Amino acid sequence: MDLSFSPEEEAFRKKVRAWMEENVAKSGVAAARGSEGEKEWATRARAWQRTLYEAGYVALGWPKEYGGQALDPVRQSIVSEELARAQAPQLLGGLGIAMLGPTLITWGTDEQKSRYLKKILTGDEIWCQGYSEPGSGSDLASLKTRAVVDGDHFVVNGQKVWTSAAQFADGMFCLVRTDPEAPKHRGISYILIDMHSPGLTVRPLVQMTGDRGFNEVFFDNVRVPRENLVGKLNEGWIVANSTLFHERNMLGSSSAADQRFMRLLALAKSIKRGGRPISADPVFRQRLADLEMRTAALRYHSMRQLSDHIRGRRPGTESMLNKLVGTELMHDIAIAAMEAMGDYSMLARADESAMDKGYWPYEWMFSLGMVIGGGTSHIQKNIIAERGLKMPKSR
Amino acid sequence: MEFGLNEEQQQLKQSARTFLAAECTSAAIRKTMAGAEGHPRELYAQIAKLGWNGILVPEKFGGAGLGMLDMAMILEECGYAAMPGPFLFSSAIAASALKLGGSDAFNSKWLSAISSGAATGTIAIVESADSFDPVDIAASASKTGAQWRLTGTKMFVPYAHVADFIVVAAKNEAADIGLFAVETKSPGVKMHSLQGVDLTRRTSIVEFNNTPAIALDGAGDLFAKLIDIGAIAIAADSLGGMERALEMAVEYSKVREQFGKPIGSFQALKHAAAEMVAELEPARALLWYAAYAIDSGAPDASRAASMAKGLLCSIYSRGTDRAVLMHGGIGFTWEHDMHLWFKRARFNESYFGAPPYHRERVAALGGY
Repeated sequence: MDLSFSPEEEAFRKKVRAWMEENVAKSGVAAARGSEGEKEWATRARAWQRTLYEAGYVALGWPKEYGGQALDPVRQSIVSEELARAQAPQLLGGLGIAMLGPTLITWGTDEQKSRYLKKILTGDEIWCQGYSEPGSGSDLASLKTRAVVDGDHFVVNGQKVWTSAAQFADGMFCLVRTDPEAPKHRGISYILIDMHSPGLTVRPLVQMTGDRGFNEVFFDNVRVPRENLVGKLNEGWIVANSTLFHERNMLGSSSAADQRFMRLLALAKSIKRGGRPISADPVFRQRLADLEMRTAALRYHSMRQLSDHIRGRRPGTESMLNKLVGTELMHDIAIAAMEAMGDYSMLARADESAMDKGYWPYEWMFSLGMVIGGGTSHIQKNIIAERGLKMPKSR
Repeated sequence: MEFGLNEEQQQLKQSARTFLAAECTSAAIRKTMAGAEGHPRELYAQIAKLGWNGILVPEKFGGAGLGMLDMAMILEECGYAAMPGPFLFSSAIAASALKLGGSDAFNSKWLSAISSGAATGTIAIVESADSFDPVDIAASASKTGAQWRLTGTKMFVPYAHVADFIVVAAKNEAADIGLFAVETKSPGVKMHSLQGVDLTRRTSIVEFNNTPAIALDGAGDLFAKLIDIGAIAIAADSLGGMERALEMAVEYSKVREQFGKPIGSFQALKHAAAEMVAELEPARALLWYAAYAIDSGAPDASRAASMAKGLLCSIYSRGTDRAVLMHGGIGFTWEHDMHLWFKRARFNESYFGAPPYHRERVAALGGY
């Protein structure tokens, strides 16, 4: 066991931290949007991504030949940690960087790579993900949005939902059904759709937080050039599910949990009831300690996985737990904060009497969205049980 | 940056698992459970040859001079195997007390004997109030000339009836807690075996009446360190035991069929199992850190030890409860082995501070 970072790694961290301290606040892109107009926010968000890209903090795991940093896993984790520590906002072009880019690098033609990759990195083109549909959420492979070949185009009809950032996006990487006769996983194709296409309509959905984070997208005979197919026809499921490399932000999410716990502790120390801080209340203290224990366990769990990855050890069941454990922990931290605040938890962020800058009610709602998105906890548990513990499938 | 077990630790763990799978079988455990001592002496003779007793003992006293992370490998496997007997209390806790607080003269005799397996030690802290709080410790130590003598009654002392010496917490005249070593054959020592639910770990009430004792160095500091070490030892046993309980429940669910299918195909059981492993694996990493923190003298070692103990013991007791449930009726029988771990989990949860005690320690040391 050796938890120290090398002198070079420590120097790197210092440099990254200093850059973050200087630049995150300056960007004006708060972690949550508040009441400013969407277009203003999007403009600032694009500029922030470009700033981050030019500083070398975007696409940490991409190969250099495609504009990435090809950083080793430790440095990748350091950057993720420092981004979390600085409470840097999620990138507007984040989906393109994390998902479309690696997919194109693995499956794309040379034309596709040269056409799309650079602009994914700079934020000059923003991408949204067209996967879920009203009838296909957890059971994504049942998706029905149809693409029919017509000459040198696909004609797309259908609907996508929960499409984050569709209102800003230039393109959508989309899963469509190209063979309705085949078994459901084998009739899907992965295509790139221009968000400004005729027949394509974006309708915002409002989240319970009040933000218009995601959208419905309707396709009415939308024409998509056949060269926008990524990978082979009807092999879209494989394309979508197997990218060779991922952003290794394992320490990023445990840092996020650390941040939130520290903020909860500070809140609990600052609220007085009956003449003493809530952190001194014997029952609440136990709860705080339990949350800190879970937070610490997640941190060391992340470090273990980082070490295993560096050493090329095959990941086991332990690698399937992060989303389930991290999202539920952060939601539990937010719930504890809401309970600590009592009546103050009723107040909206904007109210002048709100505690802790109105952070917690939003975080409490948003963190629940995180438990749901990207595969709900129930789906995660199915995956853990079936793929990790090898329990028999339900069919 | 390397967060994990090194080659030697992995091998130690693997060889312990292989050894115990062969030698600490269900039949062997049940034989020990049925006996009066609850101590499998033949198994321990083999363990002595393997050198497990000396893992923490410095080389100059015949041990391997390793640390808590190495010992945790063995303890985890003992938990996995439901190994009965005094090993944890003797070779992890009592040995540590001597290593940290015993004089060279004392240790050349006793620590060497622990290391070779010739002697067994144990630890006596709580009394009838079952608490580590100094207010609840009445046993007193007084000095006449150069000789210390102890008077008091300790409860829940593991394997006092087979131990050659006991490390005892007592208050000196200044009402400070100190630790003392007492040979069990000394005058004034009386023991009374307690009848336990977990037959793989036996405990006693031990009375001292002006019993000669040797003071260990370090007093309050040593006491705190021993809490850390005991906490990690029990946490390691809990980790292995929980892994075993989960494995048994999952394996059973793959073979037991009802309604035309293996019961493991039903979502309720899948989710129960997934929740157990989702708690267990991060707690494993926390235990590694806590053991490493003790070994490296990290400033947060005590907090980490209490975190590990609090978390792993509550995971173990809730998890074994679930594992019995997942077995259905058969898990409720004496004949099935599931209750061995169920009962060991209960012992672990209470012994050396229940989760609320350790959570409070985390809070207090964390300046909440």
